Amino acid sequence: MLKKRIIPCLDVDNGRVVKGVNFIDLVDAGDPVEQAIIYNAEGADELCFLDITASSDNRDTLLEVVKKTAENCFIPLTVGGGVRSLDDISRLLHFGADKVSINTAAVDNIDLVAEAANKYGSSTIVIAVDAKQTAENQWKVFTHGGRKMTNIDVVNYCNEVAKLGAGEILLTSMDRDGTKSGFDNKLLKAVTSKVNIPVIASGGVGNLNHLLDGILEGEASALLAASIFHFGEYSIGEVKRYLADNNIPVRI
Amino acid sequence: MNLAIINFGSGNLHSVHKAFENVNSELSNPYNIVVTNDPKEIQSADKIVLPGVGAFGDCKNAIFNIEGLHASLEVSVLKNKVPFMGICVGMQLLADLSYEFGTHVGFGWIPGEVTRIVSPQEYKIPHMGWNEIRFSDHKLFDGCEQGSDFYFVHSFYFQNQKSEHSIATTKYPDQITAAVCKENICGTQFHPEKSHINGKRIIYNFLEWRP
Repeated sequence: MLKKRIIPCLDVDNGRVVKGVNFIDLVDAGDPVEQAIIYNAEGADELCFLDITASSDNRDTLLEVVKKTAENCFIPLTVGGGVRSLDDISRLLHFGADKVSINTAAVDNIDLVAEAANKYGSSTIVIAVDAKQTAENQWKVFTHGGRKMTNIDVVNYCNEVAKLGAGEILLTSMDRDGTKSGFDNKLLKAVTSKVNIPVIASGGVGNLNHLLDGILEGEASALLAASIFHFGEYSIGEVKRYLADNNIPVRI
Repeated sequence: MNLAIINFGSGNLHSVHKAFENVNSELSNPYNIVVTNDPKEIQSADKIVLPGVGAFGDCKNAIFNIEGLHASLEVSVLKNKVPFMGICVGMQLLADLSYEFGTHVGFGWIPGEVTRIVSPQEYKIPHMGWNEIRFSDHKLFDGCEQGSDFYFVHSFYFQNQKSEHSIATTKYPDQITAAVCKENICGTQFHPEKSHINGKRIIYNFLEWRP
């Protein structure tokens, strides 16, 4: 049976992890490569780096991080943040990313989704969608790190990028992100019931039960979390054992 | 001993190269690994690996657009019986035909066709993530446990004409070929380079394989 994937996400700024960390064996708490290696050893199913470096001049520091991680971790690595063009994708893949996530650039230029999927394969292209609820059972796409609202309906948009060749959708609830109140499972269900590609749930995880609900209620294929892992609240192993105890297929 | 990883611009080339380098460094007699599309280097290789992600037709065209590449592969693999491993689309290319975005002729090294996975809505396509495999007795799976998880990502799969060429299967929801072998030619639908310890075991077994 296909397993539900647990994906720790690291926010990287200027080549350093920005969220607080609490690993016991970590020599350098801000080194994303070291953290990635630990997550890998703990049984993470994939890894995700989100580059939040403000200045594009400093983006190259991420490439070194990607390269070193790919040399040490033999699980899929998704990299996103500031990806604007086919050249950006090419560069990340060349340095060792397995998938590249595109957010604002895909909204600005929907053709990029098809071009990228045709050139690198659907399996390589993740479309990151920042969603915010605007009415009952209605969510709009936000861009530029959630600062700009568009008039695009999330479910329609997800369907469109799936048709254009996106391999999966990384769906973040802006309403829930950072709140630790659980995934927006209505949003998740609205997308997973209509879209035929895998959806990664993101935004809002505070405890183990939230993760379980993302699968049972949101019907997500994969779960992405940052702070619960970074702050050492739960290990990847604990998450997987909890899900397994609740009859969710996971890789242990 | 040389091992050639074929470079035709596939997206997973880097990952495959790094994983093979990592496992190779643990061997007592490591290979000299070259990433190449040079027919001469390919013909002097003792083992050949063909990675591949993306669409079947694109991968095939990329290979045939490199002068002498396909011919040198045929000499090495079919005539000189050099052990060969295809990964993902690199494995699907071994088939006679693929129906991904049109109809494409494959290498025809292992009889069969590549067709779309048919699944109900709750089975998302691509088949993406870790899934367990069942394998038959083959060197490639030495030391692996039945039901081990490997990382898959694909929307099409290799339907073997002869069941003996399918050496491992997975389920999504119907049975799907996970690995093939015919004499000196093997291939995996899953990505050993992304399958953590289980994947490294497969790579190790391929490096040690003497068909």
